[in-house]
Amino acid sequence: MTILAFLIPITLGMGAVGLCVFFWSLRSNQYDDLSGDAERILFDEDRPLPAASARLSNTTKETAP
Amino acid sequence: MMSNLTSPERARAMLITGAGVLIGLTMAVLGRNDPMGAHGWIVLLFCGVLFFIVADKLYDAEPVEDRSISYYDDPTKVGILLALFWAVVAMGMGVWVASQLAWPDLRFDAAWSSFGRIRPVHTSGVIFGFGGNALIATSYHIMQRTSRARMPDQVSPWFVLLGFNLFCVVAASGYLIGITQSKEYAEPEWYADLWLVIVWVVYFVLYIRTLARRNEPHIYVANWYYLSFILVVAILHIVNNLAVPASFTGAKSYSAFAGVQDAMVQWWYGHNAVAFFLTTGFLGMLYYFLPKRAGRPIYSYRLSILSFWGIVFFYIWVGSHHLHYTALPQWVQTLGVTFSVMLLVPSWASAGNALMTLNGAWHKVRDDATLRFMMVAAVFYGLSTFEGSFMAIRPVNALSHYTDWTVGHVHSGAMGWVAMITFGSIYALTPVLWRREAMYSWKAVEWHFWLALSGTVIYVFAMWNSGITQGLMWRTYTESGTLRFSFVDTLIAMHPYYIARAFGGLLFFAGACICFWNVVMTIRRVPHHASAIDYPTTSEAMEPAVPAAE
Ligand code: HEM
Ligand code: HEM
Repeated sequence: MTILAFLIPITLGMGAVGLCVFFWSLRSNQYDDLSGDAERILFDEDRPLPAASARLSNTTKETAP
Repeated sequence: MMSNLTSPERARAMLITGAGVLIGLTMAVLGRNDPMGAHGWIVLLFCGVLFFIVADKLYDAEPVEDRSISYYDDPTKVGILLALFWAVVAMGMGVWVASQLAWPDLRFDAAWSSFGRIRPVHTSGVIFGFGGNALIATSYHIMQRTSRARMPDQVSPWFVLLGFNLFCVVAASGYLIGITQSKEYAEPEWYADLWLVIVWVVYFVLYIRTLARRNEPHIYVANWYYLSFILVVAILHIVNNLAVPASFTGAKSYSAFAGVQDAMVQWWYGHNAVAFFLTTGFLGMLYYFLPKRAGRPIYSYRLSILSFWGIVFFYIWVGSHHLHYTALPQWVQTLGVTFSVMLLVPSWASAGNALMTLNGAWHKVRDDATLRFMMVAAVFYGLSTFEGSFMAIRPVNALSHYTDWTVGHVHSGAMGWVAMITFGSIYALTPVLWRREAMYSWKAVEWHFWLALSGTVIYVFAMWNSGITQGLMWRTYTESGTLRFSFVDTLIAMHPYYIARAFGGLLFFAGACICFWNVVMTIRRVPHHASAIDYPTTSEAMEPAVPAAE
């Protein structure tokens, strides 16, 4: 079953990536206001919020971030 | 739609489709003595048509739309229509496959219409054509709305959507011609696989770029589900499809793995495809459209995040439960069982969370068939994951494996969960996308709901009966220790159930056709609805005056 020497590291690697992303989400305050986060998707503003910067002010050109 | 592209974007689109035409031509020439040549012509035709659609509009006026204050919904709309188109084609194929099992003469003696060729057209058609398009379209909607930001550009969403459909067309046509690498749910040959990798990487990058532009600091949980779907499917796809083409001028390739090793890779892929194609993406749909439609936040947001991480970490280990009692080492099988049973916890957490969200809004569920689709989907999700965890236990699997019980389990998940949540989401999304007040006919939605539900129940019950009967007959011995029933005896016993299954499938298929009709009529007949949430994107009076929501 040499294939396991291949699959298990890949799977562990995927798990490790998952873990890193999870820690990232913890550290970037993703879970600070859970009830607010759940509610906010219900607000219907059917257009994007104006961004803080002027990056969205251009009308025809592609808006680069 | 093309007139919403700026001229540099139109030029880029022509460049990409033009390159596609050249690739198609190359394949057609190189593979002229091989079935691959036919695929070359298909690629050429597909890209050629798109090339002319864009070229036709090349010198049209520049778009006047103000991109800073509108979402980009054109690809979402096309994606929804494509999903419904594939639903009708592939479920129609399903009915045909089911009928062939009941009445084998329905093969009509052609090679292309044999069971082994049209069955993968059904499975790939529903999973990738219907499910995949629905996932891509809804993800475009959800990533923009929950980020409150527009997608970063207008070419890559089209590239992903249409490129993915090219993959689906190549896959389905290949099965009919006889091109397959015989790995279930991964039948397409090497060039189609390579193409899908490119499409998928662009999809992932597009998603991340949109999230990076978000104006809402929090990333809503649905996005996590979609992201896991995109990322994990990419990895699974690459590993499982590692193969060496027999020649670059032909379709045939050989897998990089052999024997039980290949089987293990295949089911490591296979079950994670169930997990990350047929489950997590659709959970993303559930977590967005169910609260939206019910008008109340998810019951426990914390739980939805916890079950996300639970599902992600448990699912990856369960593939070996497809290979019980094989040459696979015992401990690997046991590992699969253990994680399969543990998986029940995050699965039921999601199903329960969805149902608890509806608790207190049952009057809405009673009155609104769209919401009922979502509720039934959550129930079937709970049901099929319970069944799956049960079937993963080795003694149970000894009975269920190779029988129709597996097919019953598949369809309680696929029809009851995947298709129901998709139809519910489509009904919720269509009026929003096309700015209509409601669907063209709410009665048709009711009809669809009852057809889909009764079709699923008939299908699943028929297969449970057939599968358990079959399994028990196979293991019945006479006193002298020989098998009591011949194989033909089991076929005779299953025949009535096969007829019932074909009938249930027909009901389900009829529902899908009604849905397609209803969506088209909504677009064509229902008047444009300028509600409070709808901002015409070309008038003067809409300077961004929205107070920042946070
Ligand atoms: C109109 C409704 C449908 C009908 C009549 C139908 C019929 C069938 C039939 C006859 C088979 C072959 C079973 C066998 O080989 O014994 C099959 C397999 C399959 N179908 Fe469907 N189907 C329907 C809907 C769906 C949907 C909506 C999905 C997924 C979203 C789906 C996914 C699958 C899968 C994954 C398999 C392979 C199962 C396995 O290998 O165990 N089907 N279907
Ligand atoms: C906790 C969740 C689940 C577990 C533990 C589980 C477990 C299983 C098991 C044990 C089998 C039979 C393997 C065999 O005997 O060959 C199976 C087959 C299958 N399950 Fe599930 N299942 C789960 C959820 C789902 C869901 C939600 C779907 C959705 C659509 C699904 C789709 C399938 C498919 C397509 C197959 C057939 C694969 C094939 O042989 O072609 N499963 N599952």
